[in-house]
Amino acid sequence: MAITDSELENSPLLELLGGFIVELREAGLPVSLTENLDAMEAVTHIPLEDREAFKYALGATLVKNHTHWKAFEVVFEVYFSMRGEEYVIGSGSEGSDSDDNQEGDESALPGQGQPQGGGGGGMQSLTPEQLAEMLFNALLNGDMAMMSALARQAVIRFAGMEPGRPVGGTYYLYRTLRNLDLDGMLEKLMEATKSQTSEPVSQFEERLERDEFLDRIEKLKAEVEAEIRRRLVADRGVEAMARTLRKPLPEDVDFMHASREEMAELRKAIYPLTRKLAVRLARKRRHGRKGPLDFRNTIRHSLSYGGVPAEPKFRFPRPAKPEIMVIADISGSVASFARFTLHLVYAISNQFSKVRSFVFIDGLDEVTKFFEGVEDIGEAVHRVNTEADVVWVDGHSDYGHAFDVFWERFGRDLGPKTTVLILGDARNNYHASQSWIIKEMKHKARKVYWLNPEPHAYWDTGDSIVGEYTTHTDGCYEVRNLRQLENFVEKLV
Amino acid sequence: MENRFEDVIGVRASLSDVSYLADEGIAGIVYLADRLGKPILVEGPAGTGKTQLAKSVAEMINARLIRLQCYEGLDESKALYEWNYKKQLLRIQAEGGEDWGEIEDDIFSEDFLLTRPLLEAIRAEDPVVLLVDEVDRVEVETEALLLEILSDYQVSIPELGTVEAKQVPLVFLTSNATRELSEALKRRCLYLYIDYPDLEREREIVLAKVPEIDENLADQVARIVRSIRQLDLKKSPSVSETLDWARTLVLLGISKVDAQTATETVNILLKYRTDIEKAVKEFADSPDGLDEDEETTE
Repeated sequence: MAITDSELENSPLLELLGGFIVELREAGLPVSLTENLDAMEAVTHIPLEDREAFKYALGATLVKNHTHWKAFEVVFEVYFSMRGEEYVIGSGSEGSDSDDNQEGDESALPGQGQPQGGGGGGMQSLTPEQLAEMLFNALLNGDMAMMSALARQAVIRFAGMEPGRPVGGTYYLYRTLRNLDLDGMLEKLMEATKSQTSEPVSQFEERLERDEFLDRIEKLKAEVEAEIRRRLVADRGVEAMARTLRKPLPEDVDFMHASREEMAELRKAIYPLTRKLAVRLARKRRHGRKGPLDFRNTIRHSLSYGGVPAEPKFRFPRPAKPEIMVIADISGSVASFARFTLHLVYAISNQFSKVRSFVFIDGLDEVTKFFEGVEDIGEAVHRVNTEADVVWVDGHSDYGHAFDVFWERFGRDLGPKTTVLILGDARNNYHASQSWIIKEMKHKARKVYWLNPEPHAYWDTGDSIVGEYTTHTDGCYEVRNLRQLENFVEKLV
Repeated sequence: MENRFEDVIGVRASLSDVSYLADEGIAGIVYLADRLGKPILVEGPAGTGKTQLAKSVAEMINARLIRLQCYEGLDESKALYEWNYKKQLLRIQAEGGEDWGEIEDDIFSEDFLLTRPLLEAIRAEDPVVLLVDEVDRVEVETEALLLEILSDYQVSIPELGTVEAKQVPLVFLTSNATRELSEALKRRCLYLYIDYPDLEREREIVLAKVPEIDENLADQVARIVRSIRQLDLKKSPSVSETLDWARTLVLLGISKVDAQTATETVNILLKYRTDIEKAVKEFADSPDGLDEDEETTE
């Protein structure tokens, strides 16, 4: 049943949608006014009871970039999650809607004999062991309805949520999952399937089995997370919750402070990014300016106009490609930044006539060879981090010594076509800066740029001496996230 | 305007009748596009059925599919309309004595207009589905060509005036995201991202498109493909590659995939050497499995 316009105007839904869109904008999604209106119109065409359709209607009208989908989903869950009595923290009631999906289950266990749809008392009386066993069976059989009921129960029991307590959802999630011991569960599941089949299972099949179980466990985790979120929303209200859950979009994630999860996201984001960048740069080269007049071609084409050179033809421009030298600090604090930059530079290396790369901590090593003839840049970057010989004395950053070594061994390779990129936070642990080397570099090279992954406000505080170096460079850029990195690289070419 | 579809469930059912298995999101957005009279911008990895969606929708509503394949350098005369200047020249030469004003009126009339896909879709009397394929391949400036059509369903021809659509066609734009499309274009569209399907849907697709396959094998195919997609690959196998693989397995008369067969046929799924090596390493327990060249053709 679709609702009409007049109903919408009077409904609290309009208000909720308004708040929802404000929150999306707060989260960084560019939602324009027309898109806002489209969303309002779209929801009048779908039955409101259908939550999924509602979500897709909003998604299609408001989110025009797939990398923003996750952020959208979080906000959506907060604003339009199921609400009601049973989610109030402290109330233990729970309604399970799984009825008769236990059929065909040969290995029925004591805990499973009970009727599932009983609501309230059904699961309350179970011992933790029984609960674990039920969970085990649900995972084994891929019984989704059972899993979500158990997830709910697990949150009630283990999360220890207290009303009004200002703790983030992650804490509750951690507590719940620790009690469920899902890693141990996986092993048990694997063993159970092994004992079920009589014939020997090949490694290959075992792996597929494992993937299947991992997938189910992931679903369970998501279920637990959603349950916690629903309860938190019920406790704290929509807006407060949305604020706590707000996360930067992938292109805005800070390299230096990315969590492991965000790192994985970043790594995923870098492939499409490099592809996009490469296409854009290639296009720019082709469409830059026109080259000199191509005399032969013009004459040839003039034949069709009776010898009148009506259509001048030009040669393709061949602008010189720069030669790049990357000198990157790969000490702990800035390692991930160096990794992403190296990755990006090599991914578009066909835009440069030559790329050489050097990494240092307090010693310096050339790592160009790791990238030569390698198809998988990620692998090469990994090898750089593990195999390069970059420790000289104690493994604490020493920019001065690293530059010394560079100047001595590779300084003569710098030429008027070379562009030097130095990556690092210039936290020199109070060693000698040797900034004269940068000055010399600038004399010999075409350009010298410094990329600093620290926010501008931190420069030259503590042992950071970036100011001293960058007086000699052609520019120092704050590059804290993919967006800034992309902008810089585009400018470079 | 008449609505083409009754409800979301109906869209989904009739799409599956033309053997396109839409998930709820896809069906829902197709339904909305019809109700709101807006074009759909479809993005997603290559080979997940973006173009096929437009084709299937056309088949579903018995409409003619008008396709505009985009490429770099596409311009007005290829996308919208062009004056048939050779014919115009002939017209002028044929009757020299006439009054110029009359000739001018005559040569800029519909008889001398060559319609290109976009104009054709606008002027069509019969139901049409317009597919603008790989819209990310045109330059940003050329994108502007599409804007008038997408928002107002009309084309302005200076010599003729504005041609308005007789009916609002369903419009699909597909993009492989090689560049960011302009805000103006995105704003006018509903956005649909078609990702790799989940396990169940992929199995259904395999069963629907490769009818000879038996259910166990389809299930295995879907599972193995899912496992492969979880690896860190340059290019994950697409749905079309999954289907190719399933067909191959059927042709080879294989009823159960083991590590050996998977290793031998993996180059149907994966097209980069490093990816293949990675996958083979994952299938691990066949030491002689590195020999993937013994491939049978489809």
